[in-house]
Amino acid sequence: MREKVKLKTTNSKNAKTGNNNDVGIISQKLPFKRRFHGYIMKGFIFFCVAFAVSLILFLIGYIFYRGLPHVTFSMLTSTPSLLRGTVGILPNLLYTVYIIFTTLIISLPIGIGAAVYLNEYATNRRLVRIIEFTIETLAGIPSIIYGLVGFLIFVRMMGGATILSGSMTLSILVLPTVVRTTQEALKTVPISYREGSVALGATKWYSIRTIILPSSLDGIVSGVILAIGRMVAESAALLFTAGAGHALITNYFAALQTGGRPLTVALYFYATEPGQWGDVSSTDVAFAIAAVLIIIVLVLNFLTKLLKRKLKKI
Amino acid sequence: MKIKNIIEQVMKSFFFICGMMTIIAMLTIAIYLIINGVPAIREVGLFNFLFGQIWAPVHSTEPQFGILPFILTSIYGTFGAVLIGVPIGLMTAIFLSKLSNPKISVVVNTAVELLAGIPSVVYGFIGLSVLVPLVRETFGLLSGATLFSAIIVLSIMILPNIINVSRVALAAVPTKYEEASYALGATKMETIFKVSMPAARSGIAAGVVLGIGRAIGEAMAVMMVAGNVANMPELFRGVRFLTTAIASELSYAAAGIHRNALFSIALVLFVFIIIINIVLNLLLKRGVK
Repeated sequence: MREKVKLKTTNSKNAKTGNNNDVGIISQKLPFKRRFHGYIMKGFIFFCVAFAVSLILFLIGYIFYRGLPHVTFSMLTSTPSLLRGTVGILPNLLYTVYIIFTTLIISLPIGIGAAVYLNEYATNRRLVRIIEFTIETLAGIPSIIYGLVGFLIFVRMMGGATILSGSMTLSILVLPTVVRTTQEALKTVPISYREGSVALGATKWYSIRTIILPSSLDGIVSGVILAIGRMVAESAALLFTAGAGHALITNYFAALQTGGRPLTVALYFYATEPGQWGDVSSTDVAFAIAAVLIIIVLVLNFLTKLLKRKLKKI
Repeated sequence: MKIKNIIEQVMKSFFFICGMMTIIAMLTIAIYLIINGVPAIREVGLFNFLFGQIWAPVHSTEPQFGILPFILTSIYGTFGAVLIGVPIGLMTAIFLSKLSNPKISVVVNTAVELLAGIPSVVYGFIGLSVLVPLVRETFGLLSGATLFSAIIVLSIMILPNIINVSRVALAAVPTKYEEASYALGATKMETIFKVSMPAARSGIAAGVVLGIGRAIGEAMAVMMVAGNVANMPELFRGVRFLTTAIASELSYAAAGIHRNALFSIALVLFVFIIIINIVLNLLLKRGVK
C-alpha cells in the first residue's frame, strides 16, 4: 500500500516540476490545469452534497405537504369502514405498537444474552468468530427472505398469519442489531469495573447483573431505539407473516392471535389499491401514513441524538 | 452457597444458549430454504430454471419456470444503482471526512441518518407518486413503472450505506500520508483523489458491496416502481426483480410447484447474498490490515 501511495505522489511531483522556473517567487501560482482540476472536483463534491441534502429535504417536505393535511383527529382515531364512509389508521398504528412490543419481548433477552455471552463468557475464540460471522450474515439477509422463512415456519406454527407470527419473524430480523449494539455498549465498560467486582468477591452473574449491565444501559437503550426504528420501517418481512386484518383490537392478547396490517404494510396496500372513503382517497391515506412514519423516524432519531449526547458527557 | 452456584450455572447456560440462538436461526433459514427450494429446481432442471427466459407459472397446459429475467433484472438494477449512487455517496463521504466544518457536518449527517431511516415502502410510494409519472412524461412512455425508475429509487436508498462506510474508511487514512502529499506540493484535491482515496479503497469497496447487498435485497420499494412484469430487462420497460418475484406471487401461488419455485428463487437470492457477504468480509479484513 505504501508503495502505491509513493507512486501516486510522484505523479503530483512531476506535475510540480512544471513551475520550477518560478523558483524564488514565494507566492507562486499553480498552473491552470491543476487549479482547474481542483475547482472541478470541489464543484463536483459540493454538487453531490447539495444533491443529497436537498433530496432529503424534498422527500420530507413533499410527504408532509401531501400527508399532514390528512393526519387529522378522525384519521388517527377511526377504522376504515365503507359503510360509515370513514377511514382511519388507528388499527394499523396499534398493530405496529403491538408488533414492536412483542418483538422486543422476544428479541431483547436473546440479543442481550448473546452479546453478554460473546463479551463476558465465551472463551473459545473460534466459536466467537463463528457467531460473529453468523450475525453479520443475518444482518445482510434481505427482509423478504425473512418474510418467506417466517411464512414457512411461524405462520404454519400459528395456523395463520397473526401479530405473533409477524413479531417472531421480526425478532430474528432485529437480532443482529440488538446483539451488535449491546456488544458495543458492553465493550465501553472499563475492565477495572469487572476486576473490582471480582475482587470484592462477587460472582460472575452477580457482577454482570449489578455492575456491567447497569453501566452499559445507555448504550443498550440506544440499540433498542435503533431496533425499534427497523421494526417501524419494516414491511417486506411482515407482508405475509402479520396477516391482513384492520379491525380495532384494544386487547393486546387478543390481538396477538389475530392478523393485522402494521402501518408500513397498510401504506403499501393503500398506495397500490384504489379506494375512496367520503372525500378521502386511498392515496391521501397513504400520504397520511407516510407522514406519520416520517414523524416516528424523526422522533427516534432525536432520541438517539439525546442519548449519544448523554453518553458523551459521562 | 450452593444455590448461588446453581444460579451461576443456570445463567451461564442461559447466555450460552442465547449465543447459540444466532447460529440456530441462521441454520434454520438456510435449511428451510434448501428443503423448500430444491424440489422445484429438481423438477424444472437447474439449467432450465436459471437460464430459462420465460416465467409462466400459471400457464394452463405448459407452465414454465425460467428465472433468467429476474436474475438479470436484479443484476442490472443493482449495477445501475451503484453507477449512480456510488459517485454521489463517495463525494459526500469525502466532503464529510475532509472538507466540512463541524457545523455543516451536523446538517449533512442528520440528512444522511434520515435518508437511512425512511422506510423502504415510503421510498416506493414517493417513487410511485412522483417519479413514475415524471418518467412517463419525460420519456413519452405508456407507463413510467420501469427498470429506470427502480434504478433511481435504489440508488437513493443505497446512499447512506455508501456514505457511512466510505466516510469511516477515509477518516482512517493516516494523516501522515496526506501531510507527505502536501509537503510534496500537491493541492488539497490532488491529495484527496490521489492519496486518500487510493489508501481507503478497500473500505470504500466495502461500502459499495454493502450497497449492492441492500439494492439486491430490496423488495417493497422496487415492487411499487418497477412495473412488476416478468420481461427480460430493458431500461424503459416494466421488469421484475428476484425479490419482487417472491413478494408479488407468494400470496396467490397455489401449493405445489409454483409455490416451490418461489422458494427456489429465494434460494438463488440467498446464494447471491452469501457471496456478497463473503466478499464484504474479505474486504473489511483487508481494510483492517
